[in-house]
Amino acid sequence: MYGWLWGHLPGPLVVRLLTALLLVAAVVAVLFLWVFPLAAPLVPFNDNTVE
Amino acid sequence: MSADLRAVEVSRGERVRAVVRGVGEVLITAGLVLLLFVAWQLWWTDVEANRAQAAITDDLHELWGDEARKPRPAPTAEPAEPPPPPPDYGPPPEVPDPESGSAFGIVHVPRFGADFQPRPIVEGTDLALLEDGVGHYEKTALPGQVGNVALAGHRVTYGRPFNLIAELVPGDAVVLETADAWFTYRMRSSTIVTPERVDVVAPVPEQPGAVPTERLLTLTACHPMYSARERFIVYSVFESWQPKSAGEPASLALPASALPAPDGSTSSTTGE
Repeated sequence: MYGWLWGHLPGPLVVRLLTALLLVAAVVAVLFLWVFPLAAPLVPFNDNTVE
Repeated sequence: MSADLRAVEVSRGERVRAVVRGVGEVLITAGLVLLLFVAWQLWWTDVEANRAQAAITDDLHELWGDEARKPRPAPTAEPAEPPPPPPDYGPPPEVPDPESGSAFGIVHVPRFGADFQPRPIVEGTDLALLEDGVGHYEKTALPGQVGNVALAGHRVTYGRPFNLIAELVPGDAVVLETADAWFTYRMRSSTIVTPERVDVVAPVPEQPGAVPTERLLTLTACHPMYSARERFIVYSVFESWQPKSAGEPASLALPASALPAPDGSTSSTTGE
């Protein structure tokens, strides 16, 4: 998966490295901004109300 | 013939290796995502919520026309004189019914220390609302009213307003600030209950259906930390109120025992 991705990144090594870093940053951003907030109600350490 | 067979063997071996490598990469990725989730939950939600809650508190002060607060003077190490009895301003004023989801007050807890950022009180206790501060259980009393003001707050994550809730000792002040008034409650007791015990936020806690005569405040938070197994409950009793025009109440002062004491020998400084 990662090998295939690396093989398909264009340009010289420096450009590939920067592109790869950008991709990682994008994935982390998507996780932090959208995925994790959606998952948070499903984990048990945020409940503090009686109901 | 045998060369062909070997070629088939080799390509099959490569395919198997590729599949194993792919599965390994997926598993490693899943592990990294889980680690990232923990980092997000334990660190990033605090960063975001602290910022958001500070902004809401600032907005409230602006809305209420409060003058910029002077930073409270650093407490001295000497034990404080017993504070004078709070002046009596008559029965507490009515706080207007807040709209669901809106911030209508600020909670101050001197015991939580000088670093504690006063937290907005929002109407409602949905998980999403608790990112904006502590949640006021809808249909419970409003500050100063006869009955029970019930507030829920995070003990970990999302700014963790009630992180130090277990440090409260009887007599500690919990001060609610609204547009026009300060309401001081004094901690009376704490308890640990299971999550379905809604009677702790009843007008008379633990006596559902009873007619309230006291003005009470109940705080709820998770217990133990990082768990949803139980709830930590703190009961407080109304002591006094004062209008904003009278300035900050004396109850906002840091408790003397909250000061760092050299090996717990605080009382010896006044002794002979």
